[in-house]
Amino acid sequence: MESKILKFENFSAGYGNLLVLKNINLEIFEKKITAIMGPSGCGKTTLIRCINRMHELNKEAFHKGDIFLNDKSIFEMNPVFLRRKIGMVFQKPNPFPHLSIYENVLAGYIINGIKLKREEKDKIVEDCLKKVALWEEVKDKLYLKGTQLSGGQQQRLCIARSLALNPEIILLDEPTSSLDPKSTVEIENLLEKLKDNVTIIIVTHNISQASRIADYVAFLYLGELIEYGKSEKIFTAPENPKTEEYLSGKFG
Amino acid sequence: MKIFKDRIFKFLVIFLSFLTLTPLFFIFYIILKNGLSSINLKFFFSLPKPPGEIGGGILNAIAGTFLLLFFASLISIPIGIFFGMFLYEFKEKKIGKICNILIDVLQSIPSIVIGIIAYLWIVKKMGHFSAIAGSVALSLIFLPIIAKATKETFEMVPFSMIETSLSLGSSYPRTIFKVILPISINGILSGVLVGLGRISGETAPLLFTAFGNSFLNFNICKPVSSLSLLIFTYTMSPYEDWHRQAWGCAFVLIILILILNSISKVGLKKWKVKF
Repeated sequence: MESKILKFENFSAGYGNLLVLKNINLEIFEKKITAIMGPSGCGKTTLIRCINRMHELNKEAFHKGDIFLNDKSIFEMNPVFLRRKIGMVFQKPNPFPHLSIYENVLAGYIINGIKLKREEKDKIVEDCLKKVALWEEVKDKLYLKGTQLSGGQQQRLCIARSLALNPEIILLDEPTSSLDPKSTVEIENLLEKLKDNVTIIIVTHNISQASRIADYVAFLYLGELIEYGKSEKIFTAPENPKTEEYLSGKFG
Repeated sequence: MKIFKDRIFKFLVIFLSFLTLTPLFFIFYIILKNGLSSINLKFFFSLPKPPGEIGGGILNAIAGTFLLLFFASLISIPIGIFFGMFLYEFKEKKIGKICNILIDVLQSIPSIVIGIIAYLWIVKKMGHFSAIAGSVALSLIFLPIIAKATKETFEMVPFSMIETSLSLGSSYPRTIFKVILPISINGILSGVLVGLGRISGETAPLLFTAFGNSFLNFNICKPVSSLSLLIFTYTMSPYEDWHRQAWGCAFVLIILILILNSISKVGLKKWKVKF
């Protein structure tokens, strides 16, 4: 039996007068890959930005209902500590341009002023870069700036950066949409390996990508959760006709 | 017809560009012609002779200029950076907008007025002219340059950097100091260099503050000379040899400003953080 790590309860959110998410009820399972799918503007990104409370950075943002991380409401937690438990990888690879590859992996520690011993640092960097299968490629040039890597390498570096803080969940917001097919496959393979240790929630536009890697799929349409379930079921026998239309490419 | 118009336009652009630069070349020519002959090691490393005597150098002015620039930087760089952060942080709030206008106003106050203000604030209180009064006067000119450079480079940092930093569980102040500031440092530095170039040529604010001194002085509570002050005093004097030295001093000052500006231009490319 899979245990639940995250639970949305009657959750709505939006900006100003615009209601983006409408009464979402959703349970995310631990150490699985959950794909959030849906056409543009359906609230996918808003949904995952609510999980680490990045949504609140927008001054007009509001929310109703609750999200529980391990049965504790995230809105009662300090967002700073919450974000150390929930890593995030953005659409465009964005390593810090002023830091080296080595420092980029440790960015979470450096920015937060957490002091580590030299050996601990080396270990974290090596472990995380190995996890994202980047170690072999960059181990001789860790002093280079993170931005000097290729797009796919940069994105893997960003994943390593969020892994370095040992998060419980990693949120990925269309992490491969700006990458070439080869890098995309590399990242997909990587995510499959990572799910042994961490829960992954990925927003994707790419239906075949979701079918390749996801254990669970949530289908959002116009801010509503239309269908949620195991990915085999959603892709083979969707219950809702809207889901079927989307998956078969009738709209998107 | 179209080609003809094109050519006329091109000719005008080139002609007017050269017209703009002509005074600059003229200035360079005159200063080079009159100043270069004074330049030798003795000129740099000796103090002025008593009025009327031939010879002597500008060591007092060089030392004074660096003393003034050093203390002006010490005052304005930290305050200017923090003020720039404030302007960036509150740019959408009323207070930020008002301060943004005020810093423009401060920047447009004539430097002679700033000199008088520093005279009232410091020279009168202390009872005598001093390097520190000169530095304060210069920093009033320097400060808005740094504050604006800070604000403008901060604004060029993409929001995604701030977002990423926050998503790694860092607080907003830490994000400012550990992410935005280091990314912006090149822009701030070039603002500092341009500002230094600007204030190293200022004379008016120093007239009633640093006042001038024909001896070597490193005490900030005593009057000092500066390159620009020396040019002013020497040009006003009746002595032929001092006129020659004033040209030499002008040459040194122009070279100093040229160096500061070129470092800021070259550095801007070299240190630029690439995204």
